[in-house]
Amino acid sequence: MKSVEEIKTAIEAAVPGAGVEFVSNPSPSAQHSLRLAPESAVAVATFLRDDVELAFDFLSNVTGVDWPDKEVTEKVKVTRTVTKTVDGPDGQKIDQPVEETVEETRRHVEPGYLEAVYHLFSVENKHGPLVIRMRTANRTDQTDLPSLTPIWRAAEFQEREVFDLYGIIFAGHPDLRRILMWPEFKDFPMRKDYVEPDDFEYEPTPHDEVLKRVQEHKNREQGAGNRDQEAAAK
Amino acid sequence: MTVVESKSEKPAGWNRPPVIAPDGEGELLEVAMGPHHPSTHGVFRMDVALDGERVVRLKPVFGYLHRNHEKIAEGAAYIASMPYTDRLDYFCSLTNNWAYALAVEKLAGQPVPERAEYIRVILAELTRVQNHASSIGFLIQEMGASGTPLMYAFKEREKILDLFESLTGSRMMCNYMRFGGCRVDISAPWLDATRKVVAGLPAFVDEFEALLSTNEILMARCQGIGVLRPELAVNAGVSGPMLRASGVNYDIRKVDHYGIYDRFQFRIPLGDHGDIYDRYMVRVLEMRESIKILEQALKDIPAGPIMDAKAKLRGFRPKPGEAYGRIEAPKGELGFYLISDGGPNPYRYRVRPPSLINLTILEDMCLGHNVADVVLIFGSVDIVLGEVDR
Repeated sequence: MKSVEEIKTAIEAAVPGAGVEFVSNPSPSAQHSLRLAPESAVAVATFLRDDVELAFDFLSNVTGVDWPDKEVTEKVKVTRTVTKTVDGPDGQKIDQPVEETVEETRRHVEPGYLEAVYHLFSVENKHGPLVIRMRTANRTDQTDLPSLTPIWRAAEFQEREVFDLYGIIFAGHPDLRRILMWPEFKDFPMRKDYVEPDDFEYEPTPHDEVLKRVQEHKNREQGAGNRDQEAAAK
Repeated sequence: MTVVESKSEKPAGWNRPPVIAPDGEGELLEVAMGPHHPSTHGVFRMDVALDGERVVRLKPVFGYLHRNHEKIAEGAAYIASMPYTDRLDYFCSLTNNWAYALAVEKLAGQPVPERAEYIRVILAELTRVQNHASSIGFLIQEMGASGTPLMYAFKEREKILDLFESLTGSRMMCNYMRFGGCRVDISAPWLDATRKVVAGLPAFVDEFEALLSTNEILMARCQGIGVLRPELAVNAGVSGPMLRASGVNYDIRKVDHYGIYDRFQFRIPLGDHGDIYDRYMVRVLEMRESIKILEQALKDIPAGPIMDAKAKLRGFRPKPGEAYGRIEAPKGELGFYLISDGGPNPYRYRVRPPSLINLTILEDMCLGHNVADVVLIFGSVDIVLGEVDR
């Protein structure tokens, strides 16, 4: 099999402006991957399947990964000018600008995203795996990616599962419904910030402690604002 | 007399208009086969629309057994998921163990000693034999031969499960493999007992085949039913005996040479028509090839350690990175995809379940056939719901 870099070159030659990025994998498995731009993903995937030499006709595995917002703390050296009072030549105190270098701790939030990962093999040429991945713009309202089901049927149930558990909306999927959870279910259980439901059960004659629990449950339902599948789809 | 109208709201879809048959004559009958249908091997539902006896639509419904295995595994240490993999495809716990161990070994760059590789091959091939035997037994059961053929298969399976029990302590939930080897060593008496069981297997397959392969009812019910074309099979990610019955020469033991499979002489049986009969026949022939592998492995097994000396049992933290490892499980390609962030738990743990993905083309295979054939086609896919729903 061609190396992942060579495949990247081949893609760029065949699909102009593909926007493919090489993602290195430091683990001993050395399964490097290619990150596709969602706009050109369908064209690139079609090329990967139909090219005679590559012939990735077998889509083995489709899965999602959640990368939540990450707070990054870094220490930066900053040089700034401060005014200091120093002893003057004639014994008087005078103010003088002095440059000094201090270490500053800076925090910023790297925005999170959802990722869809595809593992491709070739039955024709018996090689693989080639890992391709796509990122959504964010985790909240722009979680759509192009579906690769029209190219590989194998993605049909697996993309449904990724939609069900992660909330990635695959545009162009023929039948995008929940698959493992029930249709009325809200929220996406595989996300890292998913909160499990409390063990609340309705009681017909609530009193004292039970009443307190009912109130807590109601507050939680309203306050937490479970992610709504329909709202996300709009 | 006044008619009191019910105030309660009817659920959505209550008053659906009748579905008209494609030819415009008559109404389609919608049947929910399952989740308590005896042919569904557990809790699985097929929403079928019938025109007379003919299937015009079939939508599988999953999730009755869903417990989010992947989420649970992401909250536990790597080794803590090993017993849980037994519960995926509970017919083949040892191959599940192997697939998971293989993926982690790839992630951590962990070598496996030779003796452990031989033990893994022996156990995996025993698993394959008992899985194929019982899956054929279930298939015949669904054809209406209640009990007897299944019990023939289970009689043989029981001998293999006894071997598993004496080695691992459990018949089905074996929890035997570790990252970099196996949990306990096999003993000389166990090897002798295994050789005895393996020596008896060819006679079992001969008898099984003599009773079934040319059976008139089996041929009438299976030949030409549920045909799967090779192009569709590859495109839909179908793997295992299903794929090979459609004539596609793709066996991960031959393609990836994982473990030590390149040392053994064995052939890959292929089907010609891709119907139920070919799937049955491929499974029978795969049992024969597995017996060949078993005989070679039992002859060549070397002495030595069963765990790599540098394997870390406690405080196992692979370096950041990811790996996808897969094996040829009896039902198809079983893969594990792991992402490590350097911590004691996997950041992402994904099971690639062959049972679920082989069901993608269930509707394509069933369209135009009778309801009774749906049961057979479904049975010939060979699934286990523990793996489909995870």
